Amino acid sequence: MRSTTWALDADDRLTASNMHEISIAQNVIDHVSRVVPPSDLVRVGRIRLRVGIMSGVVAHSLDFCFGALTHGTPLEGATLDIEERPFIVRCRTCKARSTNELGVAVCEECGSTDTQIESGTELDIVHLELSRQVSP
Amino acid sequence: MKVITIERKVLEKNDALARKNRDLLLGHKIFTINLVSSPGSGKTTLIERTLEKIRDSVHIAVIEGDVQTDLDARRVSAYGVPTIQLLTNGGCHLEASLVSDALAEIDLDDVELLIIENVGNLVCPANYDLGENEKVVVLSVTEGDDKPLKYPAMFHQASALVVNKIDLVPYLQCNMDALVRNALAINPRLRVFRLSSTTGRGIEAWTSWLTATVDRCRKEIPV
Repeated sequence: MRSTTWALDADDRLTASNMHEISIAQNVIDHVSRVVPPSDLVRVGRIRLRVGIMSGVVAHSLDFCFGALTHGTPLEGATLDIEERPFIVRCRTCKARSTNELGVAVCEECGSTDTQIESGTELDIVHLELSRQVSP
Repeated sequence: MKVITIERKVLEKNDALARKNRDLLLGHKIFTINLVSSPGSGKTTLIERTLEKIRDSVHIAVIEGDVQTDLDARRVSAYGVPTIQLLTNGGCHLEASLVSDALAEIDLDDVELLIIENVGNLVCPANYDLGENEKVVVLSVTEGDDKPLKYPAMFHQASALVVNKIDLVPYLQCNMDALVRNALAINPRLRVFRLSSTTGRGIEAWTSWLTATVDRCRKEIPV
């Protein structure tokens, strides 16, 4: 079984790779294909994503996967424009908003554990840019 | 240049399928847990001990997610419970669509507790709702007490933590209190169980919670 893995073509091998970014990149492509008619896919430029730092998604892996999946398709050349969102915790006790890069959800100000994660777990597709003209 | 606004969750398709799974399961009053962990933390052994303890009092079905092989499904089905093996063929996580396929193979009228064992991976399954009631992280003490800090996304998404292999603590550098403290810093709402699936120590609290929650689900009390 294992040996057949190496016989797969490039796309299949990517799908079989151990990265959930592949599945996420495919979902981005599906969103784009839903809002852009097939004949206009070549006009797609930058695709804006909102990715929280605690989403578990690695931006450069996502970029790599998107490039690999769109290679040789009308979307080839489109790029991901990733807006990174900070991790922000809002305290329900003292109302403070605090941020840290560890993902600690205990309030920094008063130590309360009654908190809500306000930002940092996003994984959204925001918008895309369509160029007027495609250079031949 | 024209800008087309989309403003959607990237994984909304999976989320929608997960909602369908959840509605289906809740419609059958089934309590569902999604077991996540790194490989080798003892998810399958925990399922085996759980089956040993409560299969006579609770109707249980198991969905086994693996990259390859049906080794886990064979272990679990030996306990005489309906078991479905899902193979991701290289994929690093289960998705709601796969679970939906598995649910079609199970007689849901005869199930009270559904245990989904996700692919061993402490990163990727965090993003994918399967339709479970609770995501349960299993972390064994052999993995070290710093893991909640290194894999915060999974701990944010989980509602319970099983600290496994506590019988090995005397032989390790791992500080179990620090491990739990780290996990609770990332997610203060985690319900924590400390147990050893091998010796059975601490397993009672886990199975009591499962049984009580299954009971609440059966009576349609929000869990």
